[in-house]
Amino acid sequence: MVAGLIAPSRAPDSVPAGVPAPVRGAALSLRDVHHAFALRKAPLPVLDGVSFDVEPGAFVALLGPSGCGKSTLLRLVAGLEPPNEGRIAVDGAPLRGPHPSRGLVFQDPTLYPWRSVIGNVAVGPEARGRARAESGRVEEALALVGLSGFSDAFPHQLSGGMAQRVALARALVNAPPLLLLDEPLGKLDSLTRLTMQAELVRLWQDKGFTALLVTHDVEEALMLAQRILVFSDRPARIRADIACDRPYPRHREDPGVVADRRAILDLLGTA
Amino acid sequence: MSDIALVRADGAVRRPAFLPALASVAAAAAWIGLSALVALPPDLGDFGFTRELAIGFAGFGALLLAAGFLHPGEAGLVRRIQGWSPWLVVLAGLLGLWELATAKRAWLPMPFFPPPQAILEVFVEDYARLADSVWHSLRLLAGGYALGALAGFTLGVAIGWSRNVGYWVHPVLRFVGPLPATAWLPLAFFVFPSSGAASTFLVALATGFPVTVLTWSGIAGVNKAYYDVARTLGAREGFLILKVAIPAALPHVFVGLFMGLGSSFAVLVVAEMLGVKAGLGWYLQWAQGWAAYANMYAALAVMALACSGLITLLFRVRDRLLSWQKGLVQW
Repeated sequence: MVAGLIAPSRAPDSVPAGVPAPVRGAALSLRDVHHAFALRKAPLPVLDGVSFDVEPGAFVALLGPSGCGKSTLLRLVAGLEPPNEGRIAVDGAPLRGPHPSRGLVFQDPTLYPWRSVIGNVAVGPEARGRARAESGRVEEALALVGLSGFSDAFPHQLSGGMAQRVALARALVNAPPLLLLDEPLGKLDSLTRLTMQAELVRLWQDKGFTALLVTHDVEEALMLAQRILVFSDRPARIRADIACDRPYPRHREDPGVVADRRAILDLLGTA
Repeated sequence: MSDIALVRADGAVRRPAFLPALASVAAAAAWIGLSALVALPPDLGDFGFTRELAIGFAGFGALLLAAGFLHPGEAGLVRRIQGWSPWLVVLAGLLGLWELATAKRAWLPMPFFPPPQAILEVFVEDYARLADSVWHSLRLLAGGYALGALAGFTLGVAIGWSRNVGYWVHPVLRFVGPLPATAWLPLAFFVFPSSGAASTFLVALATGFPVTVLTWSGIAGVNKAYYDVARTLGAREGFLILKVAIPAALPHVFVGLFMGLGSSFAVLVVAEMLGVKAGLGWYLQWAQGWAAYANMYAALAVMALACSGLITLLFRVRDRLLSWQKGLVQW
């Protein structure tokens, strides 16, 4: 089970020694996905026929009003719940439960308070029974998010931004070809947020994973993603599929960004 | 923190409320005074060990005096003695009152309220039997407590984790659990082959109930997102139970262990009084039977010390295991 998780590296000779090899991004496809919450009185529909494809290595933002069902969509893609209807496939294979090849970062860091920083990052290898074999990768993942000096700290000693970096390192340690980000910067202060946005882009460019980012922040989507899927109110349906292929690093004041921002806000405002 | 609190707004460092050295000297004076109270007025009865008690109190006073003159510096022990000085003064006062009320003025009826020197006499003359009783009590308690804690913990995890186990065990637990373990005593003493086995069972029962309930509620209350995180990282059920659910529930488990320890003391003493022919509970009963009231007080003191020591030990273990938690209650 474990051997297939670590995707083969794309170009091992171009990688500096000591850095984990880039992974090939996974392709994702959703076909007519419906989902509803089983409430006591009547089922509450949250996803209404969502279909889209993501090509390997793309950075796609799922944008929509809060509570519209985008986080549910991410949970389905992670495999934490099966969809009521429809098909979700990664690299052509239908999902069967969660898998370490699809990393998930939540809005809350949800670190284990009883584990040190390094212990939290090591959860992935430990859960797969490869703690010893992959201890080097744990250190590397921590270095990747700039927290090498904090291995032995405990979560309650970290700031919100640091805790979220640890959560990111924890997801990256498995070298997932698909990284699912559920408003990971939603609760951070605006300065930390800007820094972390830049870091996310850098990590994505370095590693080559496919990124799926749920956000309700239009600007964040425009700064990070190559493609933005705009969702309607609940039950969520795709209202617009916007290509966004400006080079990185992007600037907030770029007239194109400002115009796109206005257009998307209009779209959401009339929703 | 405390350093900041001591600096006033104008930057001047405020002196602590009292001089530690002075407090230590006051405590020394109180204990030497107590020693004089024991030694000088004649006893209203024939008590051995009046002289020895006076010497002991005087010696303790001299030690306190020495601590007062030593430089506090970084010496932890000296500083701690000085910190306890106000308490030591009050303690000397209370002992003095006791001495007056019994040996010196006999305000309290004599055989029932022995003076401090009589207690000292028990410790010196009967220490072998006391130590043996402590040993028997501890052995019984350790066996029963370990059994009950282990069973309660396992059961609590099983109920919290598995819906099936919960379905079958929950009603039984609700029906039988709240029954005080002592109620089983008459039954246990004829069902089990020996009174020792019966008492071990009762202690285990008293420990097991709170440990089960608290472990269960701890497991049930684990943040569900912790499981999601582990599952997306490749964890299977074994990892979820052992490495997520149990560590997350440990703070609750320790509350259960603490409550279980308290009720196990109660059951232990009753069991020893009624059936087991050894241990501190038996010693209490035996002393009362012979109207040896001084022995009773001595055994009570030893029991208090032992129970407090065990609770302290439990809290130390908890502090070590749960050092990641903030705001732990200090015992």
